[in-house]
Amino acid sequence: MTISTNISRRGFVAGAAAATAAFTFGFRIPFADAAAPVPEEVNAWVVVKPDDTVVIRIARSEMGQGTLTGLAQLVAEELECDWAKVTTEYPTPATNLARNRVWQSYSTGGSRGIRESHEYVRKGGAMAREMLIQAAANEWKVAPAECKAANSVITHSASGRKTTFGKVASAAGNLLAPADVKLKDPKDWKIAGKPLKRLDTLEKLNGKQIYGTDLKLPGMLNAAIKDCPVFGGKLASFDDAKIKTMPGVKGVVRVGETAVAVVAEHWWQAKTALDAFPIVWDNGPNANVSNASIAEFLKEGLTAEKVAVGNTVGDAKAAIAAAPKKIEAVYGYPYQNHATMEPMNATALWTETRCEVWCPTQNGEAALASCSEAAGLPQTECDVYKINLGGGFGRRGAFHDYVRQAVEIAKQFPGKPVKLIWSREEDMLHGAYHPVTICKMSAGLDDKGDIIGLHVRISGQSILAAVAPQRMTNGVDMVTFQTLTPSGEHAISYTFPNLLVDHAVRNPHVPPGFWRGVNANQNTIYMECFIDELAHAAGQDPLEYRRKLLAKHPKNLAVLNAVAERAGWGKPAAPGVFLGLAHCMAFGSHIAGCAEVSVTDGKLKIHRIIAATDCGYAVNPQQIEAQVEGSFVYGLSAALYGEITIKDGRVEQENFDTYPVMLIKDMPEVETIVMPSGGFWGGVGEPTIAVAAPAVLNAIFAATGKRIRTLPLKEQLTA
Amino acid sequence: MAKINVNGKTLDVQADENTPLLWVLREQLGMTGTKYGCGVAICGACTVHVNGEAQRSCALTLGSVKPTDKIVTIEGLSPDDSHPVQKAWAELDVPQCGYCQPGMIMAAAALLSKTPNPTDEDINNEITNICRCGTYGRVRRGIRAAASSKI
Repeated sequence: MTISTNISRRGFVAGAAAATAAFTFGFRIPFADAAAPVPEEVNAWVVVKPDDTVVIRIARSEMGQGTLTGLAQLVAEELECDWAKVTTEYPTPATNLARNRVWQSYSTGGSRGIRESHEYVRKGGAMAREMLIQAAANEWKVAPAECKAANSVITHSASGRKTTFGKVASAAGNLLAPADVKLKDPKDWKIAGKPLKRLDTLEKLNGKQIYGTDLKLPGMLNAAIKDCPVFGGKLASFDDAKIKTMPGVKGVVRVGETAVAVVAEHWWQAKTALDAFPIVWDNGPNANVSNASIAEFLKEGLTAEKVAVGNTVGDAKAAIAAAPKKIEAVYGYPYQNHATMEPMNATALWTETRCEVWCPTQNGEAALASCSEAAGLPQTECDVYKINLGGGFGRRGAFHDYVRQAVEIAKQFPGKPVKLIWSREEDMLHGAYHPVTICKMSAGLDDKGDIIGLHVRISGQSILAAVAPQRMTNGVDMVTFQTLTPSGEHAISYTFPNLLVDHAVRNPHVPPGFWRGVNANQNTIYMECFIDELAHAAGQDPLEYRRKLLAKHPKNLAVLNAVAERAGWGKPAAPGVFLGLAHCMAFGSHIAGCAEVSVTDGKLKIHRIIAATDCGYAVNPQQIEAQVEGSFVYGLSAALYGEITIKDGRVEQENFDTYPVMLIKDMPEVETIVMPSGGFWGGVGEPTIAVAAPAVLNAIFAATGKRIRTLPLKEQLTA
Repeated sequence: MAKINVNGKTLDVQADENTPLLWVLREQLGMTGTKYGCGVAICGACTVHVNGEAQRSCALTLGSVKPTDKIVTIEGLSPDDSHPVQKAWAELDVPQCGYCQPGMIMAAAALLSKTPNPTDEDINNEITNICRCGTYGRVRRGIRAAASSKI
């Protein structure tokens, strides 16, 4: 590969990394040469080809949430390019390293895709625009201030001369970037802020979109795997004698200490062989753990003395003790699996000097680190080619177990690409599960029914303690307290005179993970259902009761009022239809939901949900609507059906027959109110999940008088 | 060697007769638009048409498919993405991650071919595909839009 001079000038030293794959296989894989050096690169974010095609580089991963389109809108807005000519590409993580992390973080989780990178991607677009204008001005020997860019055309107004971005891109790429640029006021946005269609829809309609499971490389082998079903157990032995001669089988290999894989010409052959031979597991120390033993473990935490404190105002315990009326309730939220539609998978090609991986990942840099570690090669000798994900939901960001396995298998077949696909059963048995917690809510009310003290005691799993202890704050996992913290993006959205939020950490052996919405999900159920309980105990209207606590939280009050007004709260509903409210602040956004339900003979029907979102700035309102609708499906799947249970140390559910999720028949009408108030950037992909369950549970109470405190709902209404 | 008819072409396939049609399509014929989601005929990501009926291809073995059975996959639904369901899906930006959508689209197309103006109940009964991103609202609106296009 010839590295052009402008790339060399920028210190691009490892451009060949991305291109190696293309040469290794003798053909070009569309996503394998992303961000390879090209003369038309204006800057790291923008490439303009001679035909005026604008290629916008996207570091975050597209997994359905629309971040690819939203980020491209932000760059294009500042670039002043023709939106119809925009395409995107993923720079590889090794290229990012080689270029001093010019694209910054690749992590796509925590609803951060847009809210964390909006400033530097817009600057990337704005700087590219200034460089393109400068290049045109240089050619015309005029001052750049006399020129303007619009719709990919640069015009010198005095002379009427025009040129296009594509004609000056190469020259622009050789210029120095301006020291700084002024970003547009969002009021003036023409591309961002508009409900544009996604850039990635068409190939999803005809089967052309390639997912990791669809990848086919020359000479590629396919692998199926079984890991010890009991967490903490090991592979003891296996007898592969009778399967070695099965059709297509190329080998049976150990994968680390805990797993065995069959490698075959086709995946179906590998899976068939894997299911046909006996494997002996050493189940290890957790073989007796069950749901009941986990429940006991957590229950003991409700009265534990040693706790981590997440929020303190005044003296809640004393206030409750002295209160004329005391109310207590214990809530619980079970393990959930992410259950992405596309099971975990990765394709790896290992040689003694280089390792490459193709995979769906929410964090290309973390995938690269896993690849490097498993390959026994430095990151500079590895790369990861990101593929759009068939769902992520947090499963493919902090955990790259599937990448490690694929590399460990590929190491045993040097020079041959090996595609590892987990069966659905493997995917169910080896999740990074939504943590299990229970919560005792204790309140003291005064004579008027107002709250004078509230104690939120959480007992259960800490995600950070298990997977990222380095992110703990003085030994405390603050992520546990999402929506209950004193300040920040998950600040509690009520003011109480006395408050104590604490957490007795109880970590069963089941691996926890970041599950879309994370701890905001159950914490908002605990808070919003209990507030509803208190309102009823006080004989007050649940909306009015909340409003009194929201005086210092105007943005949450605004979204709550918006859904209440749209739902006609306080006015007569249709016969048999009842309403429930919930709201919170999560991932930097203010969210409220109002559910309309009826319950007939124990059968729940959710008629309509109204949701309001104040995410500060709305980059693509129609995609926000899609995320809000999807959030109700994800949150309500968990609330109605989702439960991973443990028996003999392992997960009992292996497929969608025992882990049911919402279907179209369950889907209510969702009305989304997008009400960006400006001045901040909030997340969109996750926060609404938190209000889905409590809004419905509060409506169920209104309909039936039955308070559901332990999820999932399952058959509780008929019991 | 078996013969199967996919998207109007009769093709020779070398695979064990117990191989699911899903994996014949994906691994023998290179048609990866049809997806693996559960392998047990629940999620519907593998939905194809067999003689016009929506079928879970993970639950059909190669041996159970006759050479005369007409199989249509997402790749063969239309030559140019012009099927009313595809057009409605594009108009409404239905897909999110998109992994379930080939199956969802095939299920919707089969429903509309038999029931040109489906009621909500028809949709609830016939569209049993799982979408974890939660596109159900737009799927329903897409089916209505495709129905009203009267094609």
